[in-house]
Amino acid sequence: MNQQPDIAEVVSFRRVSYAVPGLAAPVISALDLDVRRGETLVLLGESGCGKTTTLRLVNRLLVPTGGTVLVEGRATTDWDEIELRRRTGYVIQDAGLFPHFTVARNVALVPTLAGWAEARVGARVDELLALVGLEPARFAGRYPRELSGGQRQRVGVARALAADPPLLLMDEPFGALDPLTRAALQREFLSLRDRLGKTCIFVTHDVREALLLGTRIALMEAGRVRLLATPEEFRQSDDELARAYLATLQLD
Amino acid sequence: MHLYEFITHNWRELLALAGEHLRLVAEAMVLAVLIAVPVGVLLTRRKRWQRPVLGLASVLQTVPSLALFGFLIPLPFGGIGARSAVIALVLYALLPILRNTVAGVEGVDKSVREAAVAMGMTGRQILAQVELPLAAGVILAGVRVATVISVGVATIAAAIGAGGLGTYIFRGLRQNDNTLILAGALPAALMAIAFDWLIGLAEARIGAGTARASGRVLRRRVALAGLALVVVGALVAFSAWRGWRAYVTGRRAPVVVASKDFTESVLLAELLAQTLEAQGVPVARRYELGGNLAHDALTAGEIDVYPEYTGTSFTAILKHEPVTDARAVYEQVRREYAERFNVETGPPLGFRNDFAILVRGADARRLNLRTISDAVPSARNWRAGFGQDFMSRADGYQGFARTYGLRFAAPPREMDLSLTYRALAERQVDMIAGNSTDGLISALDLTQLEDDRRYFPPYEAVYLARRDPLARTPALRAALERLGNTISTEEMRRLNYEVDGRHRAAADVVREWRQGKGL
Repeated sequence: MNQQPDIAEVVSFRRVSYAVPGLAAPVISALDLDVRRGETLVLLGESGCGKTTTLRLVNRLLVPTGGTVLVEGRATTDWDEIELRRRTGYVIQDAGLFPHFTVARNVALVPTLAGWAEARVGARVDELLALVGLEPARFAGRYPRELSGGQRQRVGVARALAADPPLLLMDEPFGALDPLTRAALQREFLSLRDRLGKTCIFVTHDVREALLLGTRIALMEAGRVRLLATPEEFRQSDDELARAYLATLQLD
Repeated sequence: MHLYEFITHNWRELLALAGEHLRLVAEAMVLAVLIAVPVGVLLTRRKRWQRPVLGLASVLQTVPSLALFGFLIPLPFGGIGARSAVIALVLYALLPILRNTVAGVEGVDKSVREAAVAMGMTGRQILAQVELPLAAGVILAGVRVATVISVGVATIAAAIGAGGLGTYIFRGLRQNDNTLILAGALPAALMAIAFDWLIGLAEARIGAGTARASGRVLRRRVALAGLALVVVGALVAFSAWRGWRAYVTGRRAPVVVASKDFTESVLLAELLAQTLEAQGVPVARRYELGGNLAHDALTAGEIDVYPEYTGTSFTAILKHEPVTDARAVYEQVRREYAERFNVETGPPLGFRNDFAILVRGADARRLNLRTISDAVPSARNWRAGFGQDFMSRADGYQGFARTYGLRFAAPPREMDLSLTYRALAERQVDMIAGNSTDGLISALDLTQLEDDRRYFPPYEAVYLARRDPLARTPALRAALERLGNTISTEEMRRLNYEVDGRHRAAADVVREWRQGKGL
């Protein structure tokens, strides 16, 4: 892999803006943000605040209309997009599993694309399924529609981790799950993160999830980062929006 | 003859025609998929082109099939026979496959496509591993529709000499023979249903990848589908083998004899073919070409000789106003064909197939009718029924009624020519315009009234032959000379009736007649 440990920031946004023609206000404007190696940066905000767009700028699903997004010190536009994406794990809300692939083939996708030997791919799939709590013998041959929502999301995580990418992008991965399943997956995510030491950018609108999983939280509003804080600092913040979010916790 | 009896007697021919039919459809479908799926995929990438391209495909589908076939004949890659038919079938099949390819690829779940991009798949990998497999069911549904359409349209291909089950349907329509029509239509319908079922099965099989039908049901279905595929394959192979054999003999055959799509034309072509074969000249037969295709094929050099009527050449091909002098018409046709088409006109065969004004024999005897003029007074109380052709052509109804001052009780009923005979015999109408050599005239006891004012132009039967083969094969010229002035109108009527009325094979009827004549 192309890891360059001498650069502390895995991802850096430099005065990044992203505008859509025909839309009055830019989705992202003048965003500056650094993501440090090994941390989990949570992008927290309401729908439409630009958090998903921010995420998609990292693996070049989108290209900024202004400024630069640096990954490992290199602008995303200078990366070979295929190489950039294969070293960036990506998990989305409804998993986006290929319905015509078995669980094993879904997980094996990126290693297979990268040309790994068959035996190595097989071993890796078993290892990953075990890692996300799916017994390989039982689940490897199933199709996505034969799985529960939580199981599908576990497969989605396993697929994202398959080629051991140094960076993980997660877009509300647990958003559509029932509360118990979500809590279980959040716990497992924590233990996985600690064991694997991945850098992660995690998008959510759930402040509880942000406080639980984030090493830092970027509170976004109207395409800008309004507050960047550790969970402790976030709890103590006198920012109005942060307080409003925290207030929802006390209601529970 | 009943259908069952017909099939048991003609199963070899039926099988050959079914094989030809299948081959037309199979070739067309393979080509259509090879064209429409890539173009459909391209349209999902270039959305601006979707409307014009799909629009064009829709327009193609509204072109009547016979018109499309006719349009393809003069083109260098067209011509008569299977090639034009396959091209036409492909054109008709494009729209459903294109549309379903676009719909199928665009219908792939957005999150699945996004995941594929984000995993670092290249455009080609996404297409091959994600979009096409997921769209396959929808695309196959389009192929299914296209195939069923093609089985139907392919019946019309018989009109341009491409063979297939339409051969029976056209022959049956001409000879007013429902058994023949059924013998062509029923297998075609069965074939359409079989394809619908087979491809439906493949669709289900593809769906099963994600849905998982129960193993045993699936295995049984696959076994059945396999069996059906073997049958289809065998028929196609059989037909391909026949096609190859025809091709080989066609290459050896110096003379390609063709006919138009009615019994008399087939009989005359067969008479020439047998005469040539008796001289040891190999012959390729291209019978039953619809409309003016025989003329187009002759001038294009696809065929060498076919029987025609001087009146038809004079008015329909050379576009002259009708003239009633038979000698003058023959001479002018001969001169102009030689100059314009490099085609020679053989000597007249001895009979004319003019328009024949027909009444029931009983009426003619009762009212003592001999000529058309005799019938004018009675006609005031009569109804008439005429074919579409007679109603519309230059030497048809308008001038006829004017020349004789004819008035009927009601405006003439316009109906299919073959139905007018039956309508007359069953007293639904009292006068029709048939063909003077029609076998039904004697069979139904009808009387032809003499054209005493000489309104109708002469339709003398002649062979038209290209100069090339005439020069190459002296036996052809000899045969044309020998067949001159050998068939009387009465004889031609009888020959026609043997085929149309008694449903005998043209080849047998001709063989007997030649033996009787000592030819």
